[in-house]
Amino acid sequence: MKIRVNGQEVEVQAGMSVAAVVMNLGLAARRSVTGEPRGPVCGMGVCFECRLWVDGEGPLRSCQMPVREGMEVVTDAV
Amino acid sequence: MQYDLIVVGGGPAGMAAARAARDQGERVLLLDDNPGLGGQIWRGREDLRLEGVELGLGHTLTEWRGEAKRLILACGARELLLPFPGWTMPHVVGAGGLQALVKQGLAIQGKRVVVCGSGPLLLAVAANLRKAGAEVPRVAEQAPWEKLLTFGLGLWRWPSKIFEAVGYATSGYRAGLWPVEAWEGGVTLSDGSKINCDYVACGFGLVANGELARLLGCRMNGGLVAVDDWQRTSVEGVYAVGEMTGIGGVEKAEAEGRAAGARQRVTGNWGAFASALAKTFALREELRALATAETIVCRCEDVRWGRIATMGGKRQARLEARCGMGACQARICGPALEWMCGWGPENVRPPLFPLSVREFLRDRDEAGHPPTGHSL
Ligand SMILES: Cc1cc2nc3c(=O)[nH]c(=O)nc-3n(C[C@H](O)[C@H](O)[C@H](O)COP(=O)(O)OP(=O)(O)OC[C@H]3O[C@@H](n4cnc5c(N)ncnc54)[C@H](O)[C@@H]3O)c2cc1C
Ligand code: FES
Repeated sequence: MKIRVNGQEVEVQAGMSVAAVVMNLGLAARRSVTGEPRGPVCGMGVCFECRLWVDGEGPLRSCQMPVREGMEVVTDAV
Repeated sequence: MQYDLIVVGGGPAGMAAARAARDQGERVLLLDDNPGLGGQIWRGREDLRLEGVELGLGHTLTEWRGEAKRLILACGARELLLPFPGWTMPHVVGAGGLQALVKQGLAIQGKRVVVCGSGPLLLAVAANLRKAGAEVPRVAEQAPWEKLLTFGLGLWRWPSKIFEAVGYATSGYRAGLWPVEAWEGGVTLSDGSKINCDYVACGFGLVANGELARLLGCRMNGGLVAVDDWQRTSVEGVYAVGEMTGIGGVEKAEAEGRAAGARQRVTGNWGAFASALAKTFALREELRALATAETIVCRCEDVRWGRIATMGGKRQARLEARCGMGACQARICGPALEWMCGWGPENVRPPLFPLSVREFLRDRDEAGHPPTGHSL
């Protein structure tokens, strides 16, 4: 299946989380309040470091979010 | 809807509890904020079933209204993450966290990972990462060899497999070694060795997810929920099972879950096992001083150690520096500061973030008393 990450089309497997997709692309999920790049840490919904935007909604925890065909993911937007 | 039992948490402990109660003919609802059953250890397994138990998984529960006679808390544990220079860089991930992300599809084949921190979980993580094709040049355990040996020699006393770990016995494992600084592309360990790697998988043991128990008013004991031999908490009708009552792994979790579900006394000396584990992997003093003044302690609000080190407690740090005020609600910095500074846990205020449970509690709050039939 295909999703878009920051406008770029990416081929992904069903069952993957958005967090894993973003890490595989070498992207940070978000910027901290002082501008540091941050990525997923706990993988279980606790740390909130993996937040990003999906289909215009956010910030959402990407480690708790399975990929869906055609979803639009935007990182670094927090 | 009237239930005999509501179980919060669908890991090994919660699943065992739900099954045991179901087998006694009880009507059971199991809630979990994860999209699937299995908790931490069985995350992502698709063969898990709980026939005859109603499930409320993921976010679908926001609309739910429920009632129950008993509540079993099986909320499990999360990793303890300690601040050290560089720990907020994106290549530094929790140890169990990295494993969870691999289960979610993170490509780890051919990547170099330094696994470090403390506890048997490091061994499981290293073994699983290697199985998935990662190169693990070093597994750094902060506990000293002497303690590990003493524990290892006593293992025959425990029925547990937590030290299948011993079978995981693993190349690159070093005791008495810990991370001191992470930098772009690698990590420096306490013996001065600098190791290049793609990821640093770092966790300093597990801490119980005690928030819900605290919120319900259950008596706590050093961060764990205090229970009797029937897994009953200090609040009538509320039970706690699994990692919440003591970090002891999957067999303890299942034994306690079964007992609470069936209203039986738990068999096995799990409390002693959990204490032996805690003693063996007790954190060394040096780890309290890893953070420098510049090191971020609260990752949500980017509060640096220098800003709060001399403060009197969490409340002051929160009010004056916003420490612990961000999205994770101090789930990460809270336990770290409890250990680093001895600052006690604060009262938990609703809402907890898992919506399912918040909704359950709202029933109780709005009416001013528990839902009918619930003996809270
Ligand atoms: C990240 C991580 C990885 C681990 N990996 C391993 C491993 O590979 N091997 C191993 O032997 N042990 C592992 N462990 C240890 C693990 O804690 C135990 O093996 C075992 O899973 C504990 O079972 P449990 O049922 O007590 O808790 P968990 O398995 O942690 O289950 C608790 C469940 O409760 C849910 N929950 C918590 N609070 C709420 C709430 N308020 N509302 C709704 N749902 C809630 C959680 O989402 C979770 O699904 C890991 C632990 C962690 C933290
Ligand atoms: S990685 Fe921690 S919440 Fe998603």
